[in-house]
Amino acid sequence: MSLALDLFTIMSVALGALFFLAGTVGLLRFPDTLTRLHALTKADNLGLGLIVLGLLPQVGSVVAGLGLIAVWLLALLAGATVGQLLAGAVPPSESRQSHREGSRP
Amino acid sequence: MSMAPAVDAGLALLILGLGLWIIAARSNFAAVVGFMTYGLMLALVWVRLTAVDVAMTEAALGAGLTGVLLLGAAARLPAEAPGGGPGAGLRVLVAVLCVGVAAALAGVVLSLPEPAPSLAPLVAENLPPTGVKNPVTGVLLAHRAIDTLLETVVLIPALIGVWALAADRAWGARPGALTPRPSSSSLTLLAQVLPPFGILVGVHLVWAGADEPGGKFQGAAVLAAMWVLVVMAGLADLPKVTNRLMRYTLVLGPLVFVAIGLAGIWTAGAFLALPAGYAKPLIVLIEVVLTLSVALMLGLLLAGPPKERA
Repeated sequence: MSLALDLFTIMSVALGALFFLAGTVGLLRFPDTLTRLHALTKADNLGLGLIVLGLLPQVGSVVAGLGLIAVWLLALLAGATVGQLLAGAVPPSESRQSHREGSRP
Repeated sequence: MSMAPAVDAGLALLILGLGLWIIAARSNFAAVVGFMTYGLMLALVWVRLTAVDVAMTEAALGAGLTGVLLLGAAARLPAEAPGGGPGAGLRVLVAVLCVGVAAALAGVVLSLPEPAPSLAPLVAENLPPTGVKNPVTGVLLAHRAIDTLLETVVLIPALIGVWALAADRAWGARPGALTPRPSSSSLTLLAQVLPPFGILVGVHLVWAGADEPGGKFQGAAVLAAMWVLVVMAGLADLPKVTNRLMRYTLVLGPLVFVAIGLAGIWTAGAFLALPAGYAKPLIVLIEVVLTLSVALMLGLLLAGPPKERA
C-alpha cells in the first residue's frame, strides 16, 4: 500500500514539475503578453495542484494536508487575479499587433 | 538526503547570478523586480538554515514591502539618470569597495574557530523564565528588548519623513500613493475574498509567535498587505493624516512597550526587565499592541505622503 502511495507521489509530483517546466518554456518563448500569461497560469494552477496532490499521501496529519490544499487554493486565487490585472494592463494596440506576429510559425 | 548539497549549491548560484543581474539591469523597473526575486530566494536560504522566523521576515518585509516601495520609486524616477549617471571612475570605486566588504565578510566567516562561538546554549538555558517557547521571540522581547523597542520606534520617524514630503496645501489630506485602480471586478473580488483569510493568518502569526516561528513583524506585514489590498481595490478610504485615532494607534505600541519597560525598573530591577512570573503575559501584550501599531505604520509607509485629490 505504501509502495503504491509512494509511486503515486512520484508520478504526480513529476507531472507537476513537467507543467512548471512547460510553463517556464512558454513564458520565455511565447510571442506576446497574453500567451505568456496563459503559459504562466497553467504552470501555477496545474503544476502546483499536481505537486500538492502528490504530497497529500505523504503528510502525517489531516491538518497538514488541509494546509497544503489551502496553499494551492490561495495560489489559484492570486494567480487568477494577477492574470486578469496584467491582461487588463496590456494596451489594445499591442495585443492586436502581437496576435498578427503570433501567427508566424 | 544526498540531494540537499546540490539544492543548496543551486540556490547559492541562483542568488549570486540574480545579484549580478540586478547590478547589470538596464532599467530601474527590471532591477527592482530582480531585487524582489532575490529576496524570495534569500527567504528559501533562511528556510534551508532552519531560520524560519528570518525567512518570513525576509519574504514579507525584505522582498514584499521594500520591493513595493522601490517599485513606487522606480516609477517616479526618469528612465535616464540626469547627466548620464555616475562616471566610470566612480563605478570602479564602488565595485572595489563592494568586493572589499564581501571579501572581508567571507574571510571572517571562513576564519571562525570550530565550533563557532554561539550564544544559543545560553539562550536555551535562559528561555524557561520568559514563558515563551520560540527562542527568537524570547531573545527579541526579553533578552534583547532594547533592540526591538528601537526597531519599532524607528518606523515612526520614517513615517514622519514620508509625510514631510507632502506639499503644504496637501497637508491634512489622505495619503496619495495608493490610488485606487480603475474598477476591476477581479481585484474587487480578491479584496473581498482574501482579507478574512489574511487577517486570520496575520493574527495566527502573532499568536503562534510565542511558541513557534512567527511574530509581530511578520503578522503586521500580512495585516498591512490586506489593508493596502482593500484600499487599492477602492473598497475603503485611507484615514486623513490628521486623524487623531490613527495617530494614537500609531504610538500606542511603542508607548505600551516603554511603559512596561519603565515599570520594569521597579518590578524587576532594570529598564525593560520583565517581572518573574508575568513575563509571558507581558510579552504577549507587547506583541499584540506592537502588531497594531506596526501594521498601521507599514500600511501608511506604502500609502505615501498626503496628496490632494483632483
